[in-house]
Amino acid sequence: MDLYAFFFYFFAVLTVGSAFVVVFSRNIIYSAFALMFTFFGVAALYVLLYADFVAVTQLLVYVGGILVLIIFGVMLTTKVFSVEMKTGTLNLLPATLFTAIIAGMLIFVFSATDWNVVPDQEWDTTVYGIGALLVNEFILPMQVAGVLLLVAMIGAVMMAARDWTKLKSK
Amino acid sequence: MIETLLIAFIKIVIVLLVLLTAVAYSVYAERRISAFIQDRLGPNRVGPFGLLQPIADVVKLVFKEAIVPRNANKPLHDLAPVISLTVALATFAVIPFGNTITLFGEEVKLIIADVNIGVLYILAFSSISVYGIALAGWSSNNKYSLMGSLRSSAQMVSYELSLGLAVVGVIMVTGSLRLDQVVMNQTNYLFGVLPAWNCFVQPIGFITFVVAAFAETNRQPFDLPEAEPELVGGFHTEYTGLKFGLFFLAEYAHMIVASAIITTLYLGGWHLPYIDMIDVSPMLMSIIGILTFVIKVTLVLLFMIVIRWTIPRFRYDQLMGLGWKVMFPMALLNIFITGLILLLLQ
Repeated sequence: MDLYAFFFYFFAVLTVGSAFVVVFSRNIIYSAFALMFTFFGVAALYVLLYADFVAVTQLLVYVGGILVLIIFGVMLTTKVFSVEMKTGTLNLLPATLFTAIIAGMLIFVFSATDWNVVPDQEWDTTVYGIGALLVNEFILPMQVAGVLLLVAMIGAVMMAARDWTKLKSK
Repeated sequence: MIETLLIAFIKIVIVLLVLLTAVAYSVYAERRISAFIQDRLGPNRVGPFGLLQPIADVVKLVFKEAIVPRNANKPLHDLAPVISLTVALATFAVIPFGNTITLFGEEVKLIIADVNIGVLYILAFSSISVYGIALAGWSSNNKYSLMGSLRSSAQMVSYELSLGLAVVGVIMVTGSLRLDQVVMNQTNYLFGVLPAWNCFVQPIGFITFVVAAFAETNRQPFDLPEAEPELVGGFHTEYTGLKFGLFFLAEYAHMIVASAIITTLYLGGWHLPYIDMIDVSPMLMSIIGILTFVIKVTLVLLFMIVIRWTIPRFRYDQLMGLGWKVMFPMALLNIFITGLILLLLQ
C-alpha cells in the first residue's frame, strides 16, 4: 500500500468514524466536537484530491465559522449536561426501506459510472481558476448569494433586537 | 520521495526546537521587561541574569500535582490544552523563515510546507484556535471558566473578520496566496529608496491587522478572556501542573507565530533592505536572511510585551464596539482604496 492510499484510508476512517459518533452520541457536546473531526477529515480528503482551495475553505467556513456557532448555541443552552437526546430507533420499517433504496442507488451509480481517472501528476493551484470564474462567468450567482446572506443577517438582527426603542437609545 | 520526506522532517525538528526554546525565553523576557517597566528586578537568581529561569519553571510545572475538578469532563479537559498548543505550532508550517539555502549541493527552501494557499491556511488555523479555549472553559464545569471561554470565543470570532479582510489588501497587492511570493513582492523598492514592505504599501491594513492579531492572541489590551479581577484566571482557572503549562506555552507560541505572520505579511519577512546592493556570497545571503527574520520577529514580540505593560485593558463592550464599528469598516475601506489604486495604476 503506498503512502497516498494509506493517508486516504486513514482520513476516510476518521471521517466516517467521527460521523458515527455525531449521530450516536448521547451527549450533544460530544456530537458537536466529533463533527469537528468529520469536517477535518473531509478537508484532508480534498487535499488528497489536489483541491487545495476547497480544502482550506472547508476548514475556514465549516470548522472556523459554522461549527463555532453551533457550539456557541449548545453551550449557551441551559442545563447542557442534562439534555436528554433521543438516539433510539423509530419507524424501523420505513427508515430501513429508504436507507436501502438510497444505498442501492449510490452503489448503482458508483459501479455504473465510467470513472475518469486522471494521471498522477503535480497540479497547479486552483485559486486562479476559481477566482477568474467567480468574477466572470458566475458573477451573478455570487452576487445573489451575497444579497441572500445580507438579508439573512438583517433578519437575524431584527429578531435579536426585538425592542427597537432600546436599540435607538444606544 | 524518501529524500523530500527526510528534508521536511529535519526542518520540522529544527523549527520546533527553536520555536519551543523561543517560547520559554519569551516568558523570561516578558517577566524581565515587566519588572523593568514596574521598577522591579524580576527573576535574576537562577543562573547568570536569571537566564536559567525557564528551565526551573518547566521543571516546577512538570512536577506539580495535576488536579482535575470532580465534575469536569475528563477527556475534553485533557484534550483542550493539546489542541491549543498544536494549532499554535502548526501555523508556523507555512511561514518562510528565509529564502533558500544550498546545503550539500542541494537547494533547500526555508519553509516547512510550501503550499499554494499559505495565507488561507493561516486564517483557517487561527479560526480553529477558538476550540482549545472553548473546550477548556466548557469542560472545566466552572462558571468563571465558561464565562472566560465564551468571551474569548466571541472576541476571536469578531476580530477574525477584520484580520481576514486586512489580509485581502496584501493578497490584492501580491496577486498570490503564497507566502514566499508575498515576501518576494516586498523585496522591491518604492521610488527607488523605500523598501516596498507592505506596512508602507498598506498602512491602514497594517494597523488593522496588528490590532486584530493582538485580539486573536488574547493579549493586552484585549486579554478579557482571563481578566484576573473579574474571572479569576478565565478559561484556565481549573488547570494545574503540566496542562496549565501547555496553555502557557500555547499563549506564547501564539504570540511568536503572530509576530512571525506580521513580519512575513507586512515587514518584508526575511528581506534585509539594501543588502542586494553589496556583493555577498549566496550562502552568507541565506544566513543573513534567516537572521533578519529572527531579529524582526523578536522586535515585534518585544513590542507586544511592552504594549501589555503599558496599556490598560478594554471594557468588554468597548472591545466589541471597536471590533465591529471601527476595525471592520477600516478593513473594508482598505480593500476599497487598494482596489482603486490598483485600477488607476493599471
